[in-house]
Amino acid sequence: MNEQDSVETGKERTGIIGLLHRIWGSLRRPTARYALGTLLATGFVGGILFWGSFNWSMELTNTETFCISCHEMEQNVYREYKQTVHYSNRTGVRATCPDCHVPKTWIHKIARKIKASNELYHHFLGTIDTPEKFEGKRLELATNVWNVMKKTDSRECRNCHNFEYMDFTVQENRAQTRHETAITDGKTCIDCHKGIAHELPKGAYEAEQKLD
Amino acid sequence: MIKLLAPVLMGVFLILGFTLWSPQANSQQDDAVHSLRGTTALDENNEAPDLKKPNTGNRFGKAYRQQPPLIPHKIDKYQINLKVNQCMRCHDWPYNVREGAPKISETHYKNRSGVALDKVSRSRWFCTQCHVTQTRAPAIVRNDFTPATGQR
Repeated sequence: MNEQDSVETGKERTGIIGLLHRIWGSLRRPTARYALGTLLATGFVGGILFWGSFNWSMELTNTETFCISCHEMEQNVYREYKQTVHYSNRTGVRATCPDCHVPKTWIHKIARKIKASNELYHHFLGTIDTPEKFEGKRLELATNVWNVMKKTDSRECRNCHNFEYMDFTVQENRAQTRHETAITDGKTCIDCHKGIAHELPKGAYEAEQKLD
Repeated sequence: MIKLLAPVLMGVFLILGFTLWSPQANSQQDDAVHSLRGTTALDENNEAPDLKKPNTGNRFGKAYRQQPPLIPHKIDKYQINLKVNQCMRCHDWPYNVREGAPKISETHYKNRSGVALDKVSRSRWFCTQCHVTQTRAPAIVRNDFTPATGQR
């Protein structure tokens, strides 16, 4: 009996199965060589690194540059948004894509990011990869966003805009009276402010009446 | 031949330009027709004109009987295209009731054959062809127009 035979017939396995066995084994029975403190410290630092890089890479997907790296966004909605007050205005405050379309709170943000996988799927399917296709789907897509904003009481708008911080006296007459009635009627931003950052699709107001 | 003609013509235009734009020539021409630039020398900056902001306080009256009403609020970036007319979000019936806005004239619901329609007529679709925002802008040219009214 030489060494080669013992490897083939014994419990030691080679290849990918063997590797998996060894990993499983080390998970079940950690090393006896290092102190518990060392293991905990390594785990702690590793945890920080993992969590940090996880959030960091998630924030990377939360930038305008990332959003418009897809031509669907760049060629349609982004170009329209560049003409609006949320892009360029008197005070120089700008709201970029994620400010309105991604929640700020962590749990809601994660939920939105998971839902965004559907958008990736349709990007690779090419569902809206031409301006004509986009226009065709536009009413449906816009209605989706309006629906979500209605359900969340326009949460993303209210990151910046808040009824309580508004000075009605410096608003236009029509805005002043309308905002006051909106508070008493319990309305939310999106109920009136549709099509402020992107163009409205054909049939927008018919769809709006169905929503109300 | 053409190669020779081009610099000669350019020279002639330059000389003509300088004589026309020289200060003496300008002072003589003050009463004549001006370009938009006015009498400001080429190396000086014109005074910037006032920005004409829409007057959003009270509504201006009409200057003549048939005048399309002026718009007493900002309309920047209101979408009026083949897809949507954002003015109709407040000024179309029944939206106007909810928003407390003036309703567009009933004439705007008739097409050109006089048939009454449910929505605004396509021939009236582009509001800003007739209706403009009101501004306190002094008349650029003198105007002797008097409206046709006996109540003066």
